[in-house]
Amino acid sequence: MPVIGAENLPVQSESDVVSARRRVREISARLGFSLVDQTKVVTAASELARNTIIHGGGGTLLIETLNGPRTGLRLIFEDKGPGIQDVDLALRDGFTTGSGLGLGLGGAKRLANDFDIVSRPGEGTKVTITRWK
Amino acid sequence: MEKIPILKMGEFLLVTIQVDMHDRLAMALQDDLTNAISETEARGVLIDISSLEIVDSFIGRMLANIAAMSRVLDAQTVVVGMQPAVAITLVELGLSLPGVRTALNVDAGMEVLRASVNGA
Amino acid sequence: MSTIPRNDRTRQVSALLTRNEETFVNEWLRQMSGATRRSDLMKETELRTQCSQFLRLLQNGLNGGDFNFQSSTWDKIREMLSEISRSRAIQGFTPAETASFVFSAKRPLFTLIRQEFGIDADSLAAQMWATTELLDAMGLYTAEVFQKSREDVIRRQQEELLELSTPVVKLWDGVLALPIIGTLDSARTQVVMESLLQAIVQTNSRVAIIDITGVPTVDTVVAQHLLKTVTAARLMGADCIISGVRPQIAQTIVHLGINLTDVATKATLAAAFQIALQRLGVSFVKEQNGKPNS
Repeated sequence: MPVIGAENLPVQSESDVVSARRRVREISARLGFSLVDQTKVVTAASELARNTIIHGGGGTLLIETLNGPRTGLRLIFEDKGPGIQDVDLALRDGFTTGSGLGLGLGGAKRLANDFDIVSRPGEGTKVTITRWK
Repeated sequence: MEKIPILKMGEFLLVTIQVDMHDRLAMALQDDLTNAISETEARGVLIDISSLEIVDSFIGRMLANIAAMSRVLDAQTVVVGMQPAVAITLVELGLSLPGVRTALNVDAGMEVLRASVNGA
Repeated sequence: MSTIPRNDRTRQVSALLTRNEETFVNEWLRQMSGATRRSDLMKETELRTQCSQFLRLLQNGLNGGDFNFQSSTWDKIREMLSEISRSRAIQGFTPAETASFVFSAKRPLFTLIRQEFGIDADSLAAQMWATTELLDAMGLYTAEVFQKSREDVIRRQQEELLELSTPVVKLWDGVLALPIIGTLDSARTQVVMESLLQAIVQTNSRVAIIDITGVPTVDTVVAQHLLKTVTAARLMGADCIISGVRPQIAQTIVHLGINLTDVATKATLAAAFQIALQRLGVSFVKEQNGKPNS
């Protein structure tokens, strides 16, 4: 899947969350995603960006534009934080508990077409989501 | 840091959220509103989110918190104008915001508030 | 017998093309003449420009030292081929005609390679094989993109059909009805949900009646979709009533353990309409002898 555009953004402060939302919005709009799809991917980005800061101690966002034959937008959030002990549990607990803990992972997964996460205690976390047009 | 203005309309408070809020601004709004309800003894709060293109879990929880806190202060909260794309996304996210009254627009929202004050 | 390192091989082919550019392009165009040429759809000058562009990108790729089409060396040419396939799909070329853009380049290229490496049989074989693999990959790629473009067009047409087949009807000031006919799958529900919510905003309707008389079966998936629609509408400030719930469907719902306690359901659209009007505070006065009852 050829990557025809890549952009790196810092995710360290809460204004970075706003910037990330804005940038993902701009790019997904330019790629011609429907309004609902744009909203879904921007919201997912917001959730994951916040996670990166709060649970990962800050990290980066790589936005990749995918092309040919399908158009897609891939977001890769990476941090060198403590990592997630039990990924399955984190995905499940997302929002159903409604507690402040809500790692936002489950929600982001539901909003994306493809979802992947690599995380081990002490080794940081890398979440990749893709939204296809 | 800029603040979101809170308007007083009779016994109700009106808040229009038009900017893409960062978390600190959202927390500030929560605090300011709670204080305002208490100080003005408002009977209701109308939050207009018709300009909000994104409502993520943080904002969602903020709205739910405001509704809960105002209830404790004997005020009703109504959230109006949620955009279709936002509603669809929130549902997909798994947030249904129970305990938060909603209405289509400001007029409908004011009707709800007036009815709740009169009928209680 | 010399074994030329792979990198050098690709650059040799590239250099070969540079030395024989005009001959190559002319021969390539000649290969494309005839049935696959479609001069009715594309002018000679435009085609020649595409060939030159392709040639340049091909050489760049070869200079990158790589015969493997999947590598990033070939990103730019993939982009160009995508563009060509997509536009040809829309213009009305067939998949074969589109792929022939690449495949027609084989003969002139092999002719050049044979002239250059003909003496060393092993070298010749290696070059021909590597080049054919590369061009085949490119040809297949154009076919894939072409296919995808056609599928996109079909999908869009399907969506439009779906929208047409699920019209939102305004029953009263503030009351919408959405009669659904046929099966509800994921794709259809998305479209239906979005058009209903859009209509709610546009008409300022506080009540939306979703009539499922025409939906043959309701399983957990369909029920979930309906519930999502109802929840989304509620978040926007509108209430939904589901009508047309046949006895069999009621049984299925209970049987599957689907929780519809938060949603109003009625057996008929008429009953739902009555509820809707009540919620809006609208009542009808029955006239007697042409005059309203006092």
